[in-house]
Amino acid sequence: MSFQVTSELEAEVNELISHYPVKRAASLMVLHAIQEKFGWISQPAVEWTAQKLELQPINVYEIVTFYPMLRQEPQGKYCIKVCRTLSCALGGAYELHQHFCDKLGLDAHKHGPQTTKDGKFTVEFVECLASCGTAPVMMVGEKFYEGVTHAKVDEICAQCK
Amino acid sequence: MAQEYKLVLKHADEAGYTPDIECYLRHGGYHDLKKVLAMRSKDLPDGKKLSPQEQIREDVKISGLRGRGGAGFSCGLKWSFVDRKSGKPIYLICNADESEPGTFKDRQIIHKDPHQLVEGMIISCFANDVKLAYIYIRGEMPEGAKILNNALKEARAKNFLGKNILGSGFDCEIHVHRGAGAYICGEETGLIESLEGKRPYPRIKPPYFPAVLGLWMCPTIVNNVETLCNVKHIVAMGGAEFAKLGTPNNTGTRIVSLSGHVKRPGYYEIEVGKATLRDLLFGENFGKGLRDGRQLKAIIPGGSSSKVLKAGEKFKLKKKDAEGKEILVETDMLDLPYDFDSLAAAGTMSGSSAIIVMDDSVDIVEALANLSEFYAHESCGQCTPCREGSLWMSKTLHRLTHGHGRASDADYLGKIADNIPGGRTICAFGEACSWPVQSFLAKFKDDFVAKGKADEERRAKEKSQCASPAHGTTIAAISQH
Repeated sequence: MSFQVTSELEAEVNELISHYPVKRAASLMVLHAIQEKFGWISQPAVEWTAQKLELQPINVYEIVTFYPMLRQEPQGKYCIKVCRTLSCALGGAYELHQHFCDKLGLDAHKHGPQTTKDGKFTVEFVECLASCGTAPVMMVGEKFYEGVTHAKVDEICAQCK
Repeated sequence: MAQEYKLVLKHADEAGYTPDIECYLRHGGYHDLKKVLAMRSKDLPDGKKLSPQEQIREDVKISGLRGRGGAGFSCGLKWSFVDRKSGKPIYLICNADESEPGTFKDRQIIHKDPHQLVEGMIISCFANDVKLAYIYIRGEMPEGAKILNNALKEARAKNFLGKNILGSGFDCEIHVHRGAGAYICGEETGLIESLEGKRPYPRIKPPYFPAVLGLWMCPTIVNNVETLCNVKHIVAMGGAEFAKLGTPNNTGTRIVSLSGHVKRPGYYEIEVGKATLRDLLFGENFGKGLRDGRQLKAIIPGGSSSKVLKAGEKFKLKKKDAEGKEILVETDMLDLPYDFDSLAAAGTMSGSSAIIVMDDSVDIVEALANLSEFYAHESCGQCTPCREGSLWMSKTLHRLTHGHGRASDADYLGKIADNIPGGRTICAFGEACSWPVQSFLAKFKDDFVAKGKADEERRAKEKSQCASPAHGTTIAAISQH
């Protein structure tokens, strides 16, 4: 999808900017809004954001490259985040991640997010998702799953059409 | 027997309790806001007047409320540091960047009772002459951000927020600001930089104390979600009454996040110090004990950064005897009251009140490797000792857990960990990444040495096998590897 700003997105961004006395402060929220629409943050998106916030593109680019949630390349249709940190690891997060990777033909030992060849799934091992009492936990897009079993993984994958 | 005491989570889990404003109002919601808006100045015996704002701030001080985010700093004192004479606007930020591994308490409040937080924030804004406030919520809680945005919208519609709130002349606005997956944004000055739209590199203190030079170089208060909710309850019951909850210097309640190897992990609100670690782990109304047939190995008592406690460890705690004389009492780690001061006396901390329980099935080296990988990933990279040190520690632990360890790795790890904290870094992340390594090594060094040694011996054996001509192909395979 090429980067084209709809009037709807522009209105949303203007509203976000109005929340702050200094325009630059809106950058993270604006980038969230863009990523929600396009799935990732392209170079034209960085430049447009910079212009909108009266910044240099580098000021936006340094944000995009810092925060793990902001993506610099297109993602799969379904973004899966499996929590990796201690409580979830004690609850079987590594086995869960392995199961996902095996099922989707990905390499569990590879670092960083991985997308399946058909572009359907992006799987990522992430740090603590703050629900340690119901380990292991994961997210598909914005949806949160707790106490995830391997059977649940199969069910979730089947639901992703 | 220790019991739960529900103050902040009083309604959250009640059947039929929903996060919308009508439900909150039915349960007495925004009553305390109305109360503070109607407050009058109080005449003091010396002829001076105490404004409503000063009265609330005084009450928060009297309550003894300590920050629920991790450091446990007095909330009243924090508020008293705010520069009120600068002529600049004062900002308030709610730190909802809950990301300390093991912690999941703020999530409950945000998801189930968001208006309690909003009311606590508006009262705190009123008490500190704040007209613009933000909730900085971690990026991985999109649902929470939506719930909060909806709550704020509802509050605006009822004029609990906005211009001239309920005709009082007080203006206040709150916006939700989402993070994007960086743990360092939980550090208050890193959070401020992030909110300003920059990389969240923590600021050096002095001079950048948020109370004086915070958001946009204006006086700023940064408080945790649970802390701000407590402000509402302090207003409701009075600071002196609130201080009766819990134990001296450890007042009020705390929501404890319990995870790991217990039968019933979850969140439990207790009066601070009125339950011991044993109660929390083994109590029928709490963790219900370890999995069958398992023994306790270790507890991380206050979020992943806190120093680990080894099963069976004993501490000398100061207590008063029958005559009020101070004596030292030997206390088993499980008998430590769960509060700020007892855990500090045991050389660790209650931090974000998150307990991670590990039984004897856990490989302690693997557990530390897991945490070190977290810190290496999350170091912001600003200070060399932390950026390099956290990565070296993680790499060393990686080799120790992947068959490439050395017997000397334990000492090597200790050396790195000792050279990160102690004023060598701008923020406390340096301490946070070192404390687990230092404490795991101090208490489980044999495990680390044994693992390294076993790896060395195995490699030596493989090498000697490879040295015989019959294994020529193996040599080739290994050298390729």
